[in-house]
Amino acid sequence: MKALWLTLPALLCGTEAMANKVFVSNERGNSVTVIDSDTWKVIDTFPAGNRPRGITISPDGKELYVAASDDNTVRVFDPDTYAELWTLPSGPDPELFVLHPSGNPLYIANEDDNLVTVVDVKTHEVLAEIPVGVEPEGMAISPDGGVLINTSETTNMAHFIDTGSFVVTHNVLVDQRPRYASFTSDGKKLYVSSEIGGTVSVIDMTADEPVISKIIGFEVAGVLPEWLQPVGVRVTKDGAQVFVALGPANRVAVIDGTTDEVTDYLLVGQRVWQMAFTPDEKFLVVTNGNSNDVSIIDVQRREAVVSVQVGEQPWGVVVAPD
Amino acid sequence: MLFFRTTAAVVLVGLMGASASFGLDVRVAVLRVDRTMPLPISRLDLPVDDLGFAGAILATEDNQTTGAFTDTQYALETRAVPPEEAEAAMDALIADGIGVVVVMADGAQLQSLADRAGPGVLILNATAPDEALRNDGCQANVLHVAPSHAMLTDALIQFLIWKKWPRLFLIHGSHPEDMLLADAYRTSATKFGARIVEEREFADAGGARSTDTGHVQVQLQIPVFTEGAEDHDVIVAADEVGIFAAHLPFRTWDPRPVTGSAGLRPLTWDASLEAWGATQFQRRFEKLNRRTMREADYQVWLALRVIGEAVTRTASADPATLRAYALSDQFELAAFKGQKVTFRPWNGQLRQPILLGDGRVTVSVSPQDGYLHQVSPLDTLGTDAPETTCRSFGD
Repeated sequence: MKALWLTLPALLCGTEAMANKVFVSNERGNSVTVIDSDTWKVIDTFPAGNRPRGITISPDGKELYVAASDDNTVRVFDPDTYAELWTLPSGPDPELFVLHPSGNPLYIANEDDNLVTVVDVKTHEVLAEIPVGVEPEGMAISPDGGVLINTSETTNMAHFIDTGSFVVTHNVLVDQRPRYASFTSDGKKLYVSSEIGGTVSVIDMTADEPVISKIIGFEVAGVLPEWLQPVGVRVTKDGAQVFVALGPANRVAVIDGTTDEVTDYLLVGQRVWQMAFTPDEKFLVVTNGNSNDVSIIDVQRREAVVSVQVGEQPWGVVVAPD
Repeated sequence: MLFFRTTAAVVLVGLMGASASFGLDVRVAVLRVDRTMPLPISRLDLPVDDLGFAGAILATEDNQTTGAFTDTQYALETRAVPPEEAEAAMDALIADGIGVVVVMADGAQLQSLADRAGPGVLILNATAPDEALRNDGCQANVLHVAPSHAMLTDALIQFLIWKKWPRLFLIHGSHPEDMLLADAYRTSATKFGARIVEEREFADAGGARSTDTGHVQVQLQIPVFTEGAEDHDVIVAADEVGIFAAHLPFRTWDPRPVTGSAGLRPLTWDASLEAWGATQFQRRFEKLNRRTMREADYQVWLALRVIGEAVTRTASADPATLRAYALSDQFELAAFKGQKVTFRPWNGQLRQPILLGDGRVTVSVSPQDGYLHQVSPLDTLGTDAPETTCRSFGD
């Protein structure tokens, strides 16, 4: 797949940059936009079912998963041909999910039934349903695959689930409406964003029990505090930088991963929601739901360098692996 | 294309290993006082037996799901009584050891019930909009989850100003409640720079809510009633009791939009709302209760979620502790309205965005962009701290 992609743009630029496909789910457009990470041009758009939101790709880059919320299913597409391969059982209104680092199974937050559904992506069978708090939303998995995190938006907890036994081992109370969770690549820290609370909780994973070590707040001159609503969170592989999408504040916050202090706010499009790094982490792609575009942030320069028009109300984004 | 098989081997795993263990029993009650009221014009608005209680059941489920992780048990009592039995019902709940009561009653009844319950019982006002309850008549043991008249009328007038429709034709009913609502519209118009260019009263002449060919007469009556008004941009209807407003749209003499008690209405909740995760919330309610959610259901749900949140954060079921926490700057709650809701410490009123909807779609949400406030834009809705005459909440 990648060989086809490499040749032309790489020659033009005279660098070793790999071109990767960037897939953006358009919640209102009922489509997925495909962008080339080398030229930042839209190369294709394909229908993705009703209200596509959560989007991820298998580690081998061969299966693209899209939560088609209004179809109550997860649609699986071929990332090369964009043909729909099959669907997976998700329970009603799937929104966010996470793949095990090995590529199987898929853990889906099932908001209507207060469950996390575990689906085998090979056999398409439901392996388990794990009761969690009210309105499960954010999903994360530790790098070793041992600990699954679910955040429940109305209960306001991060639930820690043992992936071997499917038992909830710990519950940590965070601020209002926890939306998203993300581990550092060494698994020592977990960041949980609280949309309505306006904070990100840093949870220390090195002690006997997970404990909140810090709660990060946000402040932007000229922006009402009510609109500083943290949603998507991404951590660089070295753990040095944490990026937090601030929703209707139209900013992405940059946090120093050592001190967990906010160091910068990057202006992006309207209602910034989810984010994804390119594999080399040179760029961070962020979706702007209310301006129908994605901003491409140059991670080194810490600024949005390109904006790409996509479909209506972009929601999620994933970049294909090298 | 659909390959998956459902399997009988689905594992349903139990909850284990809760981090916090409160060992609490939280007992709350919802007391609904049912006055005999005229029936509404539309059969879609006919009363339902479980009004409010349906929201209470969902809130208790939500609280209990969280309670499973904190070893907290929630128990709910619901009572629907006529006005003459309300005091006895309150006495019985208190005698039974219940310290938190959500009250669905009119303003006067709420006032006397809160008096009777005394300072040891926390009352949550779920439905009474009267300004007096939040000002001169405020009581320290009452928290108001229901928005006040002024919050609702400010929400609508802000939108009309944003639309540049400042000339209002105010039509109010003849009941005391209608007068209070009309007063709130007059105050809001002054506050935001709208002008009431014409006012008329629609007298309640009694009679049945609907007859087989009633629309024939109404189609002739409403144009005559609205004929010859000063030039106006919109009609604002203040019809708290529901006698005439629903008949106004499409029948007025001048082709103008109707707002207020019909047409574009200020609402705490609407079954059409889908933003901010509301869809899941609507669906949970509908699955449980087999009907759509009404404003009173939402307000009772919200009242009990205030309690659930305060219990979770304080690890206490003591009414005084819960009240103090709710009024503190620590308290915040997500309520499917895009921003946190909190209490005004000076009179116990819940700050909340107000929806503007026509019953089919949510048209807008107030406060509108551009209405700023040094504490919270939500305080541009309703009586603010400098104007309040409430003196029971001082430290």
